[in-house]
Amino acid sequence: MRHETRRLILLLLPAGIVFAAFFLLPMARLFFIGGSGKTGWAAYAAILTDSLYLDSLLSTMAVAAATTAATLVISGISGVFLQRHKFPGNALLVSMLTFPLAFPGVVIGFMVIMLAGRQGLIGQVTQALTGEKLVFAYTIAGLFMGYVYFSIPRTILTVMAAAEKLDPKLEEAARSLGASPWRVLLDVIIPGLKPAFISAGAICFATAVGAFGTAFTLAAKINVLPMVIYTEFTLSANIAMAAALSFVLGIVTWLVLAVARTAAGSSVAAAG
Amino acid sequence: MTDAGNKPVSIALTNCSKTFPDGTRALEPLDLAIHAGETVVFLGPSGCGKTTTLRIIAGLEEPDAGGKVLFDGTDVTHLPIEQRNVGMVFQSYALFPNMTVAGNIGYGLKIRKVPGAQIKARVSEMLAMMQITRLADRRIDQLSGGQRQRVALARAIAVRPRALLLDEPLTALDAKLRDTLRLEIDSLLRSLGITAIYVTHDQAEAMALGDRIVVMEHGRVAQIGKPRDIYQRPATRFVAEFIGTMNRLTGSMNNGRFICKAGGIAWPEAPANATEILFRPEDIRVVEGDETTGLQGKVAAAFFLGDRTRLFVDVGEAQPLVIESTARRDFSHGDPVGLAIDPRGLLVL
Repeated sequence: MRHETRRLILLLLPAGIVFAAFFLLPMARLFFIGGSGKTGWAAYAAILTDSLYLDSLLSTMAVAAATTAATLVISGISGVFLQRHKFPGNALLVSMLTFPLAFPGVVIGFMVIMLAGRQGLIGQVTQALTGEKLVFAYTIAGLFMGYVYFSIPRTILTVMAAAEKLDPKLEEAARSLGASPWRVLLDVIIPGLKPAFISAGAICFATAVGAFGTAFTLAAKINVLPMVIYTEFTLSANIAMAAALSFVLGIVTWLVLAVARTAAGSSVAAAG
Repeated sequence: MTDAGNKPVSIALTNCSKTFPDGTRALEPLDLAIHAGETVVFLGPSGCGKTTTLRIIAGLEEPDAGGKVLFDGTDVTHLPIEQRNVGMVFQSYALFPNMTVAGNIGYGLKIRKVPGAQIKARVSEMLAMMQITRLADRRIDQLSGGQRQRVALARAIAVRPRALLLDEPLTALDAKLRDTLRLEIDSLLRSLGITAIYVTHDQAEAMALGDRIVVMEHGRVAQIGKPRDIYQRPATRFVAEFIGTMNRLTGSMNNGRFICKAGGIAWPEAPANATEILFRPEDIRVVEGDETTGLQGKVAAAFFLGDRTRLFVDVGEAQPLVIESTARRDFSHGDPVGLAIDPRGLLVL
């Protein structure tokens, strides 16, 4: 028994060392640096009291949440469609959809500017049609567009894999009981895809919260937290504030994901 | 029963064929009339078109152009399944994993916007009928196969469907449970008086449950008839050999006797050109004592089953004859046995 315990501890050791070295210690260090500035621990309080920080935290969460929702809707619809309808070029289309995975955020930002910037396609078309140029690349809407663009490849494969596992007999059973296609979607397909939506959505949300390159490229009017951290760190040399913001960004993201996962889990338990 | 609300429906298929997009012909043009309240079993090996026919009746597939499906004379060919009011039971149960047992059974009623109290009453009635009341709040993954199929049956019946369609409902269960549930399904169908269509590849299930059996082969109907007719008067060799066990002897007719390698059989009413005769194991017996017949064989294998012995007797043909003997005798390999065949059981196909 004793021997067994010792063996287990020994086996856990590598994981423990990696966890401590690359997660626990840096997080602890980050936390203490956050409290080491001119204002001390008040740096953490400032995140909630200073409207610059609070607004950027809230808009970061909002844009990440909106990105996640839009991405899941788009990936859900196209993922199920691509899984169920095999047509010539299907495989090519799926691999094209995962293409943007390789792009750095800067390239995505550049593409958003080409589409919705001052010289962009949307601007030219709207000018020709209405005489007024529609430009939104440098706003939060442009950022949202870029984030959705790079989130789709991160979620669509997960959704497709889950769609493949859906039992078509379940849908037939629901229909035989009188369910309309809409009810089948609500009662069978979405519950069946829910685990995939949760895991893909979590990755999508966390990536959108932390994305920097796209925001940096579009910077002008956007005030998301990674940008604020960058500004504090490099321009203001306010390392303590940057650390405090980083720590809080990590904690809040983790909390949001934990709550989402628990809510989803408990609703599954309550329904089942 | 409580299902007086919906009268059983008669179902007619006219000229229904089915060709899949890849060009496979799953079903040759088929005409079939199913009476109200009748249990019809579609029987055949896999790929014979039985499930396709069921899916056309259900509304999950549309027949090729020119085919028609009629419920009580009304054309429902283009009516999707959700508007046909048919109950379906699948081999894989197809229960909703995100709902409890009660949630599954009440689902169809919820879709029909039946008031909550009525759903509750109907669900408890169904639970009691299938003897699964104590499982009401269980999750589906906590149920055994037999329990799942009971829930699936209750769910299909709860909405008082016009017809009940069962697609190999017992195939996934073990043999003992299959027998129990077969009995339950039989008494359920009788008590509901519902029009039921039952698809299976198991001839014992078909014989036990069907008012009529439709034997199918390669997308065509091989024979339609009552279980007894199909067993005793099979229309084709395929039917004869698919249902039950069939013995075969080859030879020729000579003077009112069929002569084969093992001897001769007196058969006055034989067709003159018979070169092959077929008969069931119950129409042949091992003679006892000094009785002599013109037919001799040697025991190739004997399996003592308790109430009887199943004998495989070598008579010089490609296949040994199968004989069920109730004799209190210990057969062993190589024993010579005299055989007697009841000429009333002889078939030529």
